[in-house]
Amino acid sequence: MNPIFSFRELQKTAKNTTGNTTEIKVAVLGNHTTNFFVKALENQLKVAGFNPSMFESDYDQIDITLIDGDSDLYKFNPEIIVVFESVLKLKDKFYSIKDTESQSEFHASEQNIIQNRVSNIRANGSDAKIVYFSYELLDDEVYGNLFSKIPHSFYNNLWQLNNSMIEFSRNEPDFYVFDINKYLKGIEEYRDWTALINSDLHYSIDTFAKFSHYLAQFFNAFKGHFKKCLILDLDNTTWGGIIGDDGLENIQVGSLGIGKAFTKLQKWAKLLKERGVILAICSKNTESVAKEPFEKHNEMVLRLDDISIFVANWKNKADNIRYIQEVLNIGFDSMVFLDDNPAEREIVRQSLPGVTVPELPKDPAYYIPYIESLNLFETVSYSANDKDRTSQYQQEAKRKKLISSVTNMDDYLKSLEMEGNISPFNNDDVSRIAQLTQRSNQFNLRTQRYTEKDITEFMNSENHLTYAVKLKDKFGDYGLISVIILEKKNDNSYFIDTWIMSCRVLKRDVEYFALNKIVNDVKDKGINIINGEYLPTPKNKLVEDLLTKLTFENDTEENKYLLNTTNYKSHKNYIENE
Amino acid sequence: MSNYIAEFETLFRDVLENDDIVLTNETTAHDIEEWDSINHIYLVVEIEKHFKIKFSSSEILQWQNVGEMIQSVEAQK
Repeated sequence: MNPIFSFRELQKTAKNTTGNTTEIKVAVLGNHTTNFFVKALENQLKVAGFNPSMFESDYDQIDITLIDGDSDLYKFNPEIIVVFESVLKLKDKFYSIKDTESQSEFHASEQNIIQNRVSNIRANGSDAKIVYFSYELLDDEVYGNLFSKIPHSFYNNLWQLNNSMIEFSRNEPDFYVFDINKYLKGIEEYRDWTALINSDLHYSIDTFAKFSHYLAQFFNAFKGHFKKCLILDLDNTTWGGIIGDDGLENIQVGSLGIGKAFTKLQKWAKLLKERGVILAICSKNTESVAKEPFEKHNEMVLRLDDISIFVANWKNKADNIRYIQEVLNIGFDSMVFLDDNPAEREIVRQSLPGVTVPELPKDPAYYIPYIESLNLFETVSYSANDKDRTSQYQQEAKRKKLISSVTNMDDYLKSLEMEGNISPFNNDDVSRIAQLTQRSNQFNLRTQRYTEKDITEFMNSENHLTYAVKLKDKFGDYGLISVIILEKKNDNSYFIDTWIMSCRVLKRDVEYFALNKIVNDVKDKGINIINGEYLPTPKNKLVEDLLTKLTFENDTEENKYLLNTTNYKSHKNYIENE
Repeated sequence: MSNYIAEFETLFRDVLENDDIVLTNETTAHDIEEWDSINHIYLVVEIEKHFKIKFSSSEILQWQNVGEMIQSVEAQK
């Protein structure tokens, strides 16, 4: 859906949006008339699928509201606090200063105010995310283009203030700068000077609608809704021309002519990949032909190792995107598909309405400016680990590809060349084990949650048998993927306190591999009985028949099971002991 | 003249989200519940957009009723 930048249209669209359940509580503090901004933000949040509650501070009462711990703001308990100050008010303040020395220090004293506000919010116990508007870069033209040399000029102060706000944000948790200047571009009359004088309306109501659209996108990212994967078509999207017809030498990419436009797109995609966005290819081509430029064209920016999943065949693109979705195991709504062909875009839009399919312009020169303007890849976190994602997904794609080429499960499992390691807990793994007990919901027999301290106690207990299972195959290393804890109940029985496995290794027979080892150990201790129990939760239906599959017998009570180790026959599996 | 009042009425109903609004030249903000100071700003903006005109600050401050608003529009048409 196209963004709505008209206040009135937004008002109508929002009115027809009902039934949203995702609540979001947003407070707005400003030093100008913010009624329209708050209304626009509320409406954009509705359009974005939220059920918003809004708080608006009294006119020009930012500091009083923030200092007073009993203020309605803190009673409202917002998740997000937006601070939006107008540059014109800042200018009035600046003009009231008389000496040039204080004028030169203006930006620093304003930065102090910002930091005090943040401290007050935290001191009053709010952990809200703070989204602070940067100041509109509005030159009063007193010093004109000499401003950079004049520290006491207003315009110089504005630049410095914005920069110090950014600097502050870098190390201040949950403090974000919303850059107003970016969004003022392209609006012909973003301020109505008559309305400013008459009504203290510092931006036009439609401009408020535009700010609010981008804020709502940002808030969506706060709530975990963001794009994770960029899917690229090849011919005339990633490079100019058709590789199958034109050949490697004649496709357009690189420093000449229209090739430059495609190179720019590739460079942008590569940076996104380095930020942690997964790149996938979806092209109607013969795979070997489609891969050639990635391998051999020396002006290609994107290389095969940048791509997590490469799908080139003659099937329907919607089906291919379904396949990509399956491998990545992410929502369709977190995928973006770029294709120059309107017919392909339409097929994907109709079959997979969740996928974002931008209406790519005809002229490749406009690809980058257009895509950038959509602000598709809003995010609220970045960590250095995000870079590793590509290789994990490449491994998963290779496995999926293998499974589609073999005809039976045994052959598939054999061909994975799996190696397993099952051993008692050790110190290095304590945090990972605790994390698994905290996070696993599906393959979790009894959903017992343990801290690192608990895990260490099990590790040192005479009364417990503990198992951490690690798995790798020919495509890569999964690491520690399963945790099992048995407790000795009496002289002749152990009880399965915990059995957890990561869903990434479902259907590899890891559970059989583990049980073979466990039964051996229990027998070695001269014990015959292993008792088991399934504790149902809304999420662990996956393991309701786990114990039955593992040849446990039903015990007298419901969901209780029993295995007599004397009759145990080792289960077949294809995991070699490492 | 009568044309403008009909256009005003449609616009008022749309902006103030009340289809029961009926305007005459003598209608003032007191007659319409939704017509508060904030919505007045909204109305002025939407009237300007609709007729593709700009009012001057002094004009806006002098209006006493709908009729005078319409006169301001007519003056620029």
